[in-house]
Amino acid sequence: MIFAVISGLISAAILPIFSRFKKDLVPKLYPFIPLGIFIYLASFLQHVVSEGAQFWSYSWIPSFGINLDFRLDGLSLLFGLMITGIGALVFFYTSYYLKEDKYLDRFYGYLSMFMAAMLGLVLSDNLISLFIFWELTSISSFFLIGYKNEDDSSQKSALTALGVTGFGGLVLLAGLIWIGHVGGTFSYTELLNSSEILQNHQSYIWIVILVFVGAFTKSAQFPFHFWLPGAMKAPTPVSTYLHSATMVKAGIYLLARFTPLLGGTDIWNWTLIIVGGFTMLYAAIHSLFRTDLKSILAYSTISALGILVFLLGIGTEDALLGAGIFILTHALYKATLFLITGIIDHETGTREVTSLAGLQKIMKPVALAGYLAALSSAGVPFLLGFISKEVMYEASFHFGSWAILLTAALVITKIILFVAGFWVGIKPFTGSLPEEHKSAKMPSPLLWVPPVLLASLSLIFGALPWLLDGLMQSVFTSMLPEAPEIHLAVWHGFNWILGLSLITLAVGLVLYYTLKPSKKLIENVKTFDRIAPIQLMENIAMSFQGFAEKWTGFFQNGFLRNYVITILLFLTVLAGYRLYDGVDIHLDWNQISQITPSEFLVVILMVTSIIFALVTKTRTGVIVALGIIGLANCLFFLYYSAPDLAMTQFSIDILLVLLFMLVLFQLPKNRSFSTRKIRYRDGLLSLMFGSLIAILALEVFEAPSYSEVSDYYAENAYILAKGKNVVNVILVDFRGIDTMVETVVLVIAAIGVFSLLNLNLNPKSKD
Amino acid sequence: MASAVLLLFFWSYIKAQKFLSVILSLVGLGISIWLFSAVYDGGMLVTQSGNWSAPFGISFVADTFAVTMVLLAAIAGFAVSVFATVSMNKARLQFGFFPMLHFLIMGLQGAFLTGDIFNLYVWFEVIIISSFVLITIGGKKAQLEGAIKYVALNLLASIFFLIGIAFLYGLTGSLNMADLALKVQEIENKGLINVTASLFLVAFGIKSAVFPLYFWLPASYHTPPPAVAAIFGGLLTKVGVYAMVRTFTLIFVGDDFLSLVLSVMAALTILSGALGAMVHQHLGKIFGYLIICHIGFMMAGIGMMTELAIVGTVFYLVHDIIVKTNLFMVSGIILKINGTQNIKELGGMYKNYPLLSLLLAIPLFSLVGIPPLSGFWAKLFFIQGGLESGEYILITFIVLGSFLTLWVIAKVWVEVFWKKGVNLPKKAIGRYFHELRQREKWVLLLPIVFLSIISLYIGLGAENIISLSQRIASELMNPAAYIENVMSQNQIEL
Repeated sequence: MIFAVISGLISAAILPIFSRFKKDLVPKLYPFIPLGIFIYLASFLQHVVSEGAQFWSYSWIPSFGINLDFRLDGLSLLFGLMITGIGALVFFYTSYYLKEDKYLDRFYGYLSMFMAAMLGLVLSDNLISLFIFWELTSISSFFLIGYKNEDDSSQKSALTALGVTGFGGLVLLAGLIWIGHVGGTFSYTELLNSSEILQNHQSYIWIVILVFVGAFTKSAQFPFHFWLPGAMKAPTPVSTYLHSATMVKAGIYLLARFTPLLGGTDIWNWTLIIVGGFTMLYAAIHSLFRTDLKSILAYSTISALGILVFLLGIGTEDALLGAGIFILTHALYKATLFLITGIIDHETGTREVTSLAGLQKIMKPVALAGYLAALSSAGVPFLLGFISKEVMYEASFHFGSWAILLTAALVITKIILFVAGFWVGIKPFTGSLPEEHKSAKMPSPLLWVPPVLLASLSLIFGALPWLLDGLMQSVFTSMLPEAPEIHLAVWHGFNWILGLSLITLAVGLVLYYTLKPSKKLIENVKTFDRIAPIQLMENIAMSFQGFAEKWTGFFQNGFLRNYVITILLFLTVLAGYRLYDGVDIHLDWNQISQITPSEFLVVILMVTSIIFALVTKTRTGVIVALGIIGLANCLFFLYYSAPDLAMTQFSIDILLVLLFMLVLFQLPKNRSFSTRKIRYRDGLLSLMFGSLIAILALEVFEAPSYSEVSDYYAENAYILAKGKNVVNVILVDFRGIDTMVETVVLVIAAIGVFSLLNLNLNPKSKD
Repeated sequence: MASAVLLLFFWSYIKAQKFLSVILSLVGLGISIWLFSAVYDGGMLVTQSGNWSAPFGISFVADTFAVTMVLLAAIAGFAVSVFATVSMNKARLQFGFFPMLHFLIMGLQGAFLTGDIFNLYVWFEVIIISSFVLITIGGKKAQLEGAIKYVALNLLASIFFLIGIAFLYGLTGSLNMADLALKVQEIENKGLINVTASLFLVAFGIKSAVFPLYFWLPASYHTPPPAVAAIFGGLLTKVGVYAMVRTFTLIFVGDDFLSLVLSVMAALTILSGALGAMVHQHLGKIFGYLIICHIGFMMAGIGMMTELAIVGTVFYLVHDIIVKTNLFMVSGIILKINGTQNIKELGGMYKNYPLLSLLLAIPLFSLVGIPPLSGFWAKLFFIQGGLESGEYILITFIVLGSFLTLWVIAKVWVEVFWKKGVNLPKKAIGRYFHELRQREKWVLLLPIVFLSIISLYIGLGAENIISLSQRIASELMNPAAYIENVMSQNQIEL
């Protein structure tokens, strides 16, 4: 099983090398990968139907409970078959569709990677590995949308899609980890037993929100739907595969998967009903205002995803069953419609529905596929769409007090989708062929066989629905552990539901003949663009960018002085607060009064020179004042009987003053940049910081201290280290490494000065 | 034995030759691997310098954390050493680039291995001064301007560090970290210890470039040549993080207020870094700000202070050192090919160098943490650690930071690799990439390949790194063994 999942990744990884030698073989060989996996998965159908879920486990990161555990039950099998089945057809289709393309091999690389990611996503039993594959689908989608990478709008769409789905993914990650944290395991199968714990946990609501954000972004629910129409910039096979049949259903998959785990609560159901219901209506209406075939399909896809969310929200037996069937129905007819759109685009060079008509004279099989798909989408009897529609209506019709409203919403959506499906699947093929498209040709079988196959599946399953009984039963059981037995049938007798179906068909037909797609319609809704979610998101992004610039500019303002001030301020506030909070400041005045007159004199000297350094206007003055402070320090050392330190300090101090003087003569004239106010501010801050350190020093001095180490030094300096001066012994023996390394510092500094003085690269010279 | 590693780097400045430098880096790497495996298999090693037993002399302690850092520094040092042989121009090499590189690495290794707080300060001095020289070599105006800010702010950090050490010594009379850990526990006046801890926090905070102390980093990282930026980006800030982890798990433990401050700083660091990266167009600056952003992640782990979160911090450190070093080398390659690092001017890389683009994608996407690449795993620990300690706001910031990183890198990818390239005016950057000889091209690319493979290993073989990080974290959270090893009189002679 693991090989089935990662074979796509492996084949994507070896592709750069492979295509170097046998580039022509890539499109010929790669379609057999999904085909092979499809057959492999199909071989489990009987097992899954009769015995329930199958498991595989591969250890990966056992120490954190992350393993490649795969779970093949009805739901994952349905998705797996769709992914590989439609995948195989799309792979074949692409080999002709993009025949002329220079980078066809790359395209297959991304597609294989995506397929593997998607398979891993639906098969994962481990929540973390589920997330890993989830993110991989977003990334491969990014590369596929941006496949025409030099095109501005492709770049923009790819970024938007990645932004929305990547954001949702990270939110989902937090949700999944939270689930694992509450449930104590990342294994879905084990978690199924703790759904009570999860639902009664205080953080349940947060978990649900996080999971919803992840699912809604991926499955393009309002208000995150806007990335999907943009994603149609990708070549048509990608739109078919990722953005209608598989990837966008990942969110649906997640919701269906988590229904037995998190579902059944009011917040779960009503959020899904409201979001899904609104999305399906909103997007359906939008699809009527488009004239580009792919745009119509994009919005009708969003609408269909809305229906699925809506059904999962209703959450009754009928609703879940309806969702299961509709997932397959929609994948079959929508993929067909996308594929024929691609053919039309390929042969006529346009996707404008207004200028397309009569193509059935040229491409009969394609037209046939289009008719079947449109009819299935409309829900005409003997096509799969009819079966799913019946179950759906059944579900909403029996949903308590809100039934009428919800059913009405569903019926309206269905009517509009009827029209949209007809526009794409029927309109281009009927009527009289316009002059400009007379030159179009019948495409290669590689192009027309895939849609015809898919469309005939819609017909076969629609006419003989009992074929699906086994698969749908196990899908149903995955979502609802105690699912009743089902028998799908075309004929349910005369009842309200049939009446609703008839109404849908009749109104849809009338609308199709009265409402013609036109560019004028879109002009009418332009005024609403200002409040469209995509515009709002753009505004938010823009103002966030503005905020980023302000924030960065405010802190990183380029002035070293400001940086120092910020740091000092931060330290002063932090340490000051801690001092105030945790230490009772008490100063022992007795000790201070022990100060000798000579010491007092030195302090006076220091304070005077500090004040002088502050007020003087010349640099020389400052240097001299600082020098005096240094000398005063020497005196202190002297008073505390450390003559050698005093000598060292004395010579360094004198040297520094001299050096500074030398350098200063080279500098330009001193100018003052700061205003009086700034100077006061700086002064105040320095004063605060200085007093803080002073208080601290006094406190530390007061605190009882340990003298184990210094006693040891004093005692053993002569005995063990054979030195009479304790300080020297510490420097060269006890802590010899310190001194040695400090010497190295000086050497480095010397080398640095040397190279700085001698190597002055011309500003324009090479790096 | 620790000093063997150090001495090795001492030599190298005598003969500044490319060949010698690479060989010595390789030897250093070999010794680090040896040291790592010795400690990994046999447990902690302690050397008391000059044979003065702790706490009187200076101890060097090689616990798992230290040797892991040593190994990472050696890997990064080796890669940069190879990269520099071609990417640096002759004049800079003549004026001591390689010796400085080795001094810097020596300083880092010393800082990782030392068990003495004052000795740590001394190693920091080595790091500052050698990195200062590295920034200034070449002496261009922008370089000097960046260098001044760099050195001024870092010296400020050193002063705080020194004051902190002085206070600590005043309170405990000791400088040995293990001894300090014991004595600090005994001190009754916790208030003073806490104030001292805040001095250390600010000192190491400046080093590791956290909010609101990070200013030196964006001011200086984009100015030096790519090889220098690579070693800086990989290691300089991380030594601050290392010091922080070390001191706050060993010496200043159990201070809740400190954890709160760290968490707030972490959140704002993530935000500032991500926002800065959004604003800039220069690759060096973007990557510089991303460093800040990701330092925030590591800080978040320290702030949470649970074992799980520390696992995250350690894992992230491992990942980050490799990937950030690589990233700046990547920007060096981009500069070599196009003559600019401005993403608005760049473009067309994917068309002209498809395979190279795929190679460069590895560090870029590892950085983002596209699962299962290396940047991803640590986030699991941060989020779960945050859930454990109930720091939901911090989790929000981590998610936000991850998202913005994703966004920034995707933008870089689009601008640099996808966008149609324009013919840029030829600039004097030395020889362009296509003018190099085949052998030289490979020398430039090999370190990137090397580090990318390590990154891939960290991501795909996460099990090993995670168990390593878990071991380190449990050693850090239970410092008793560390203290005992250092303080015990029967030392291990090597």
